[in-house]
Amino acid sequence: MSNPTNLQYTKEHEWVSIDGDVATIGITAYAAEKLGDVVFVDLPKVGTSTTYMKICGEIESTKSVGELYAPLDGEVVEINNSVVSAPETVNTDPFGAGWLIKVRFTSLPELMTAEEYSALTGEG
Amino acid sequence: MPQTPLHAEHARLGASFTDFGGWDMPVRYSSDLAEHQAVRESAGLFDISHMAEIFVTGSGSAEFLDYALVGQASAIAIGKAKYSLICNVQGNIIDDLIVYRLADEEFLVIANAGNRAAVVEALEQRANVMNFSGVEDLSDDFALLAIQGPAATAILQTLTDSDLSILPYYSIGTGKVSGIDAYLCRTGYTGEDGFEILFSSDKAALVFDALITAGAISCGLASRDTLRLEAGMPLYGHELNLDINPYQAGLGRVVKLDRDADFVGKASLTALSTEDPDKQLVGLVGEGKRAARAEYLIYPTEDSTVPIGEITSGALSPTLGYPVAMAYVESAWSEVGNTVSVDIRGTRLQMSVVKLPFYKRSK
Repeated sequence: MSNPTNLQYTKEHEWVSIDGDVATIGITAYAAEKLGDVVFVDLPKVGTSTTYMKICGEIESTKSVGELYAPLDGEVVEINNSVVSAPETVNTDPFGAGWLIKVRFTSLPELMTAEEYSALTGEG
Repeated sequence: MPQTPLHAEHARLGASFTDFGGWDMPVRYSSDLAEHQAVRESAGLFDISHMAEIFVTGSGSAEFLDYALVGQASAIAIGKAKYSLICNVQGNIIDDLIVYRLADEEFLVIANAGNRAAVVEALEQRANVMNFSGVEDLSDDFALLAIQGPAATAILQTLTDSDLSILPYYSIGTGKVSGIDAYLCRTGYTGEDGFEILFSSDKAALVFDALITAGAISCGLASRDTLRLEAGMPLYGHELNLDINPYQAGLGRVVKLDRDADFVGKASLTALSTEDPDKQLVGLVGEGKRAARAEYLIYPTEDSTVPIGEITSGALSPTLGYPVAMAYVESAWSEVGNTVSVDIRGTRLQMSVVKLPFYKRSK
């Protein structure tokens, strides 16, 4: 799956979609594929503050545990409860219905473009 | 990194690969949960050509294996198989093995890929002691496929004229599969019925493709691991290692002490058999969706900070839907029904000791 060009990326394999002062965050198809079948997600509670590149959640597959790094400073305003009840959505639609959290951010760090991220994962 | 003769087939089927026992092996083709389910409900096909095949043949072969292993190979009937262990003098486990008796003086020993060198070295050294010279490591000559699941026998039967119904669990026969000479072993590592098929490595792709075409689903090592975990089967490097003896591992039944002849580890194992082991392998189950994984520490209670054990393997059971794990705990805590507290990356999960296996197929 190619990385959508309208999204921004982190080296820890999160994607970020910016809408005003709210960022929607998920993990990339590359990360989901590496994890294998996702069976459990542990997301931060609404109202929790996030810190750039600090762990704010976990994504577990049968084989391993992946960490969700906050791509920016802010406060969690929404979590994706459909993914909590159907974690496999992270595998089937990582860039869409498999989004994880929405964060109202206070500052926007420099993130990677789709092209830069694809180069990092060797998908380019 | 060594590859099996089927590496190109796996790549063609879209497999992701992982290092297992020093081999570049398929971890999954698409979904490890779907592959797991295929084995529980129909039939899965595993390439396990990385495993070691050691033939023991000639006069004195039964007596040699009786000396080299903790089980009694001489008591295995021709055409039957037995799970066994090779231990060191201290009684600790070098590897777990399956021993098949092919003829009166012909045995096949299948060992783990990662322990091939250690097992061959131990067998050769023990052969010297016994003045026996019939140990031959033929691992590189063979491909080994496991077809496992309720539909496995029916699928394999479509490719062979040999009547598979006359081969009971833990037996071995010979026949042709897709025209290729093969050993047909009714053994496996998934908790399901099925066969392990051993044949010339240069025919690997032919037989593999025929089994896939006949309806078997290609399965990777990720599903193999969750399947064997549910079936309560130990994995060397997790439940078994050189610091573990058979009594700690719950494998005392495999050690045949009641015989006159000496075998490697006999004195130590005799002593160990009379005392309660300091720690024991147990099965643990919990609630929720969070898995207790290998190396996580186990405490007697939620508040306790002094560990009494460690997880060796664990996953959210795909078949059962709740977390299952195998673990070593101090013997005082190993009784079925006892509850313990597992530290899952800073969060405690209460788990209960249960009898293994977690999953047993309906006959």
